[in-house]
Amino acid sequence: MPTVTINQKSLTVPEGTTIIQAAEQLNIEIPRYCYHPGLSIAGSCRMCLVEIEKMPKLQPACNTRVTDGMVVTTQSPKVKEAVSGVLEFLLINHPLDCPVCDQAGECYLQEYYMKFGLHDSRMNENKIKRHKAEVIGPHVILDTERCVLCSRCVRFVREVSRSHEIGIFNRGGQSEIRLLPDQVLDNNYSGNVVDICPVGALTDRDFRFQCRVWYLSKADSVCNGCSRGCNITVEANRQRAHHGEGRRVMRLKPRFNKEVNRWWICDIGRYGYKFIDDPSRLIQPLEKQGDELEPLDWSTAAERAVGRIREAKQRGGAGSIVIVASPQLTNEDLFVTRKFFGVDLGIDQIDFRIPDKNTLSDDDFLLRADRNPNTRGAEAILLDGGGFDLQRIIESASTQSFGLLYLCEQDLVKKLGSEPARRFLGQFDYVIYQGSNENETSGLANLVLPAATYAEVNGTFTNFEGRVQRIHAGIEPLGDSLPAWRVICKLAQTAGFDYGYESAAEVFVELAQTVTEFEGLSYEKIGSEGMKLPETQPVPA
Amino acid sequence: MNRRDLNFAERLYLSEVFKGLWLTSGHFFSNMKKHLARQLGFTRIEKGAVTFQYPEERRPFSPRYRSRHRLTQREDGSPRCVACMMCETACPARCIYIVAGEHPDPNIEKYPARFDIDLGVCVFCGFCVEACPEDAIRMDTGIVEIAAYSRKEMIYHIEDLLQ
Ligand code: SF4
Ligand code: SF4
Ligand code: SF4
Ligand code: SF4
Ligand code: FES
Repeated sequence: MPTVTINQKSLTVPEGTTIIQAAEQLNIEIPRYCYHPGLSIAGSCRMCLVEIEKMPKLQPACNTRVTDGMVVTTQSPKVKEAVSGVLEFLLINHPLDCPVCDQAGECYLQEYYMKFGLHDSRMNENKIKRHKAEVIGPHVILDTERCVLCSRCVRFVREVSRSHEIGIFNRGGQSEIRLLPDQVLDNNYSGNVVDICPVGALTDRDFRFQCRVWYLSKADSVCNGCSRGCNITVEANRQRAHHGEGRRVMRLKPRFNKEVNRWWICDIGRYGYKFIDDPSRLIQPLEKQGDELEPLDWSTAAERAVGRIREAKQRGGAGSIVIVASPQLTNEDLFVTRKFFGVDLGIDQIDFRIPDKNTLSDDDFLLRADRNPNTRGAEAILLDGGGFDLQRIIESASTQSFGLLYLCEQDLVKKLGSEPARRFLGQFDYVIYQGSNENETSGLANLVLPAATYAEVNGTFTNFEGRVQRIHAGIEPLGDSLPAWRVICKLAQTAGFDYGYESAAEVFVELAQTVTEFEGLSYEKIGSEGMKLPETQPVPA
Repeated sequence: MNRRDLNFAERLYLSEVFKGLWLTSGHFFSNMKKHLARQLGFTRIEKGAVTFQYPEERRPFSPRYRSRHRLTQREDGSPRCVACMMCETACPARCIYIVAGEHPDPNIEKYPARFDIDLGVCVFCGFCVEACPEDAIRMDTGIVEIAAYSRKEMIYHIEDLLQ
């Protein structure tokens, strides 16, 4: 294994490591445009030039492999001059649109100019005009004047999405990113080109002009779009409500996780956040009075719910109550749900599986057919003793009648179709719906309890591989809504049980002690990268 | 700081009241003397204290005086502002509210669909003017009478600011 010295610091790295990778391990910053760890090496931008002892010319750090005894410096006057020169070339025709450019504040031209440039322009000639604000796909807008021709986007559509919609056309100073003839940048991973574009050439149509990036607060989370559980950052504007029509979550960005999604997320996940600040959010408990749902306060709602549950149990026994949880809920929510309904009230008809009439499929990359983030967790927590089969009741469309249904976060009308859903719900004397958004199903309930969305809660999801990953609240629960586990705690306390959990972390401690599959896990162990359930067998390919 | 209690004479207040009257009338007579002297043509004697008879008479402002904002215009009368939100960011009172819109001309790209300043909250620091990269906002109107019957009317919209 070769040992390399960069800026007087030595490091031994595996054969084949490039200088830029070795420098990263030493926390030495080498500026780069074309290099991206998730793509092939282009070595074309020349931003990463470094001086290597005994080499007459500067070498690009991104495509030079370290050899034993190599001595590199990134600080010499020669390197500084070269890097500043490269920047000067890149800026020759650059429009300096920063005031109107959505990239401003997270732009590597701005960043590197401040760090490595700071020269005055020596150009007297007019700048070359190119294409501005060109819509090239459903999610992406292109400005070729701002492009530095790093070719990251082109390599992405060749190597990662393999959809080949864009390329570099023409030569020399006329080179430009263009769509291939008759193509549109329309694939389920198109949003990633915005993330990897180091400048404001490719920007997001959804985020366009919504607010400035420095207004955003960030919280580490996990996408709730499917069972892959891609790591994301929820970026929210919490202070200036006049932007984005008052919505708080402004965008989702991928967060690197080597084992799950690496640098990427899909567009279904990326743009699937709108429900969080949608006007359809349930922000207070509601009760059906005649045909209308009327608001009521939490303590009355909790008393009503508990009263109805007790009544149903007294009349028809625990067997007349059905609990339908949801794979959209966190492990903590599901655990408290099972504890209250299953253990404390002795209801064993608990399930979460609702057959979906809309058949969905995997794609060949990240997206999974199961569009729920926590199916694996729900199986582990709810089904470990369970023999109850909800499907039978749904499909039999029996004339059997039940006392009460407690339904969490599932739009039955959408999943089963209107007729079957109404038939199923009609079997119950009383329906309680707990969820974040109003939908046709919640409209059919007798009592509606508002729950927070995943962006508003702390907790964990378990992805399809059994990897338990943490989510962090980036914003407050909207209105009077509460994290689902707190809703259940409220009911339990109203029913006279001692549910004094202060945080999701406390729930998880008990979960790890109670549910066999989660044994030995803790938030510390899960960390920011997640941890597999100890007993999970590798899934056959 | 060394503080002391009031002494007996001070606590009686009577002597203090006369001291105060003495001081005030001293100013009154010395100013009157100066004004009279100047009226009689002794212009080398310094001016007495003056009171502007506002609003008939107005104090001249220095050219750098920060008065009510205005948004400057392009030749066609549209705002120069490109909704970059630098002023909104710099404003320490957080009283600027901008919502950006898509401009039909791709060479302008962005324009303020909404630009409000809450002058009831503004501290007239001028940071917005300093921050603007487009010379689109200035505080040189000379307008200082900004009053309204409600807080809502203190919020100036883009139409008001363009004038
Ligand atoms: S790409 Fe960067 S430098 Fe260029 S206009 Fe946008 S923010 Fe400014
Ligand atoms: S693949 Fe699944 S988890 Fe990943 S971003 Fe897409 S929807 Fe979300
Ligand atoms: S003068 Fe100061 S407080 Fe007033 S709008 Fe401008 S930046 Fe804000
Ligand atoms: S700083 Fe100038 S250009 Fe930017 S939003 Fe304010 S007034 Fe408009
Ligand atoms: S990063 Fe090395 S040449 Fe572009």
